[in-house]
Amino acid sequence: MPERPILQIESLSTSYGAVRALDSVSMSVPRGGICAVLGANGAGKTTLLRSISGLKRVDSGRVLVNGQDLTRTPAERHVRHGLVHVPEGGGVIVELTVEENLHLGALWRSGRRERAVLLQQMFDLFPPLLKRRSQPAGTLSGGERQMLAIGRALMARPQVLLLDEPSLGLAPLITRQIMQTLHDLRAATGLTVVLVEQNARSALSITDHGFVLSQGAVAVHGTSDRLLSDDRMRHAYLGF
Amino acid sequence: MNHFIDLTLNGLAAGAVYAALALSLVIIYQATRVINFAQPALALIAVYIAYTVTQATGNYWLGFAAALVTGLVLGAATERILIRPVHGTSPLNAVIVTLGLLLVLQGAAGMIWSNEPHSFPYPLDFRGRFSPSDIFALASVGVAALLLFGLYRATPLGLRMRAAAFHPEAARLTGVRVGLMLMTGWAIASVIGALAGMLATPPFVYPNVLDAVFIFGITAAVVGGLENPFGALVGGLLIGVSLSYVSGYAGPELTTLAALAILVVVLSVRPDGLFTRPTARKV
Repeated sequence: MPERPILQIESLSTSYGAVRALDSVSMSVPRGGICAVLGANGAGKTTLLRSISGLKRVDSGRVLVNGQDLTRTPAERHVRHGLVHVPEGGGVIVELTVEENLHLGALWRSGRRERAVLLQQMFDLFPPLLKRRSQPAGTLSGGERQMLAIGRALMARPQVLLLDEPSLGLAPLITRQIMQTLHDLRAATGLTVVLVEQNARSALSITDHGFVLSQGAVAVHGTSDRLLSDDRMRHAYLGF
Repeated sequence: MNHFIDLTLNGLAAGAVYAALALSLVIIYQATRVINFAQPALALIAVYIAYTVTQATGNYWLGFAAALVTGLVLGAATERILIRPVHGTSPLNAVIVTLGLLLVLQGAAGMIWSNEPHSFPYPLDFRGRFSPSDIFALASVGVAALLLFGLYRATPLGLRMRAAAFHPEAARLTGVRVGLMLMTGWAIASVIGALAGMLATPPFVYPNVLDAVFIFGITAAVVGGLENPFGALVGGLLIGVSLSYVSGYAGPELTTLAALAILVVVLSVRPDGLFTRPTARKV
């Protein structure tokens, strides 16, 4: 019997007023999967992540993490179920220091000593943050900020990480470094990643599965290799 | 020279009260972006409860403790019951709610305890220049400010509260219960407001006793910068000392005018207050 998928989305629909933003979206992500959610602007990628993490109310459908129904669970409880969402731009709190931001990620459960250990791990993972630990996060560069955002998410020791356009405004080299870190973490801890990306080509080259959204619905999905090699699909939905 | 020292010391003691009120306004403004016009009324109820407790037990300090607890409960309840339902709507709604609460509570206080002034004790001996009561005012506000600073800077609760105030959505995503944190902020602010009320009320308590003090408190908050607790403290002391000089050298009838003048001058030079770094408005 195949292992139960760690993240399962069943015909999720949501809307902004009269405008339907997600129309019966279903997807399932296996433990340790790194999957891309692609699509044009306004296709519903960000809305999908916000609906999964509880920031956006859904009209119907279900979100299951580890088989547990989190559809109506408030956003602040998701972290307790192993799901952490890094919103677009990272959601770093610019008024707090780098260290405070990181602490915040683990505050919900761990004691002081455990936090110190986790903090050290994050500095090992993202060395540039160490020098800046007592600076306000607002003074960081774009790449450092994204590292901080992901570091803060990892402080919670998530099983599922939702990332909304982590490459936005970053140099490709930095994006590759961050993605390499996530791949290493998957190998080490079985971390599952759902990655929303605008740039389909680069996203598919670093993920193993892709979902293409179009007008709030899943238009195509498959392994990243297959999506990359299917010319018709690429032209129709990904524009390259 | 002696006169000058007297005025300075008196001004500092009065300023401590303005500083406490300013602080209570700034804590709430930082967290919820609301100026809590009901703050003097919450403090007033706390003071009346203290009055009743002190009357019944004969112990000033039991009344003092009761006032702080009342402030805590009223602040939390105000946020939870009245402010949260209008959260996320036009900022004007919250202003109207707090103004309404001010009127209702002042009216209720008059109905329960009558509009006649009752004599209200000082915490300690109040005679002479820089009396024990004056020292108590400065010291208690100083201790409250230090505790608050420690809470915000050095405890997990304080970190959560700051995160919830600065960036509610990001805070939620790290597991912070934002509503609970805002409620805690209101509760803490109202305890400090109650402290200010206890210090400002003597020698008489009546429903409008805190109105004038509140005007100076809000002036102090705006002068110091509504975003900055440190600015609120300095602003309070500054207003206290300045008004004391005006009252001593030019006459007490000019103090309210002087407060207005200070406000206008500061705001025309630094529109965000003395201690807020001028930044481009976030949109």
